[in-house]
Amino acid sequence: MSAQRRVVVTGLGATTPIGGDASSTWAALLAGKSGARTLNEEWANTIPVNFAARVAVDPSEVMERVELRKLDRSEAFALVASREAWKDAGAPEVDNERLGVVIASGIGGVTTLLDQYDVLKEKGARSVSPYTVPMLMPNGPAAHVGLEFKARAGVHTPVSACASGAEAIGYAFEMIRNNRADVIISGGVEAAIHALPMAGFAAMKALSTRSDAPERASRPYDVDRDGFVLGEGGGVLILEEYEHAKARGAKIYCEIAGQGLTSDGFHIAAPDPEGSGVQRAIKFALADAGISTKDVVHLNAHATSTPAGDVAEANALRLALGAAADHVAVSATKSMTGHLLGGAGAIESVFLVKAIQERMAPPTINIENLDPAVTVDVVRDKPRALPSGDIAALNDSFGFGGHNVVLVFKSVN
Amino acid sequence: MALTQADVLAGLKEIVEEVAGIPAASIELDKNFADDLEVDSLSMVEVVVAAEERFGVKIPDDQVTELKTVGDAVDFIVKAAA
Repeated sequence: MSAQRRVVVTGLGATTPIGGDASSTWAALLAGKSGARTLNEEWANTIPVNFAARVAVDPSEVMERVELRKLDRSEAFALVASREAWKDAGAPEVDNERLGVVIASGIGGVTTLLDQYDVLKEKGARSVSPYTVPMLMPNGPAAHVGLEFKARAGVHTPVSACASGAEAIGYAFEMIRNNRADVIISGGVEAAIHALPMAGFAAMKALSTRSDAPERASRPYDVDRDGFVLGEGGGVLILEEYEHAKARGAKIYCEIAGQGLTSDGFHIAAPDPEGSGVQRAIKFALADAGISTKDVVHLNAHATSTPAGDVAEANALRLALGAAADHVAVSATKSMTGHLLGGAGAIESVFLVKAIQERMAPPTINIENLDPAVTVDVVRDKPRALPSGDIAALNDSFGFGGHNVVLVFKSVN
Repeated sequence: MALTQADVLAGLKEIVEEVAGIPAASIELDKNFADDLEVDSLSMVEVVVAAEERFGVKIPDDQVTELKTVGDAVDFIVKAAA
């Protein structure tokens, strides 16, 4: 058998609540900036939570009106981030039948669905847009990116709520490893800032209600955390087979070396307090990557700022990593970006790639009093330097339904 | 009041510009919606619904495929409104 095909990252793109691209987002992250704001929309005052984290640069600022009117907002985010990532990768020359797209979304075109339902009720069926279905389908973001770049190796959309973005990158990683493709545009997007999804999350008591201080609301690991802040946007990585990237002289950021996937079989929304699914996912991921807990220096946590979730995850990390957890710098970047649902695992993967490249772990902001139940080493307030030499970093992503995804990113010499 | 050919052409130009982003100045009677103006079958649905609303006419679905050029649409709408 020939040697295992290796997968590297050669391009990055993002549009997030703290920046219109990957580099401005990364700079804002290191500076500890929050993207949460009070919403101006009238409907915001009809629901229990009137703030969220909108993208810093609206798609209308960087795309043509005529293109946008046929796109759901989530599809626009996917195109913006993919165009940036593709350019960053040096617009790789690749056989179209060896080019794939895996872009996830947690909820898909939910604003289109709801807006067109309003049109149906107010103006009748004949006025419903003929683009309604291609705009609301959750595979729409991946499909549009596939069309733009003429990807013919396969276009896919894993859906696993807030683990979707990480699962997409893992799926793309497998596609290259299994020789289905040489280059994949992969990531996750979400555009769900609308009265209905927000009312639904609020009904679950999942959202922070700190309306008087939106920027201070997302506070993973703080004793007074009271829920997540809904964010929007997306992140995209260009994954490429290592020899393919080397042959064309591409800039190689790092390697994706393994992934671990498990499910809780516990509850539709609550985390398993034992965190056994998370622990198993971490163990599988490390084994898949062929590394040990000692190699891990940084982890971008799922940590959404909910009372139950943050501690359950931290406990699982401590149990899975053991004593090695003492030298793992844990960052909860949702404290700044808010929670991008299906986009979260993707932008956090972009952050891990930047962290390895610049040897810097981003901070976790808004921790006034660290919850004493949190027994991992949280990077607070300021970024922290990571060691030189060979390092590995993990992405933890979990979703309603009990989905657990852990990705391993590794430096490349 | 009956619509003139010029009224309808002016209105259609605005609609096609809105839907497909084609500058009104380049929209002429002999232009083919699909080949010249990049109005695909889905966008054509939008053009038809907007035209019905604007000119107060009905354009039955089985007629839409017959409207290949801007001129075809203008003629149909002028007759339908008469």
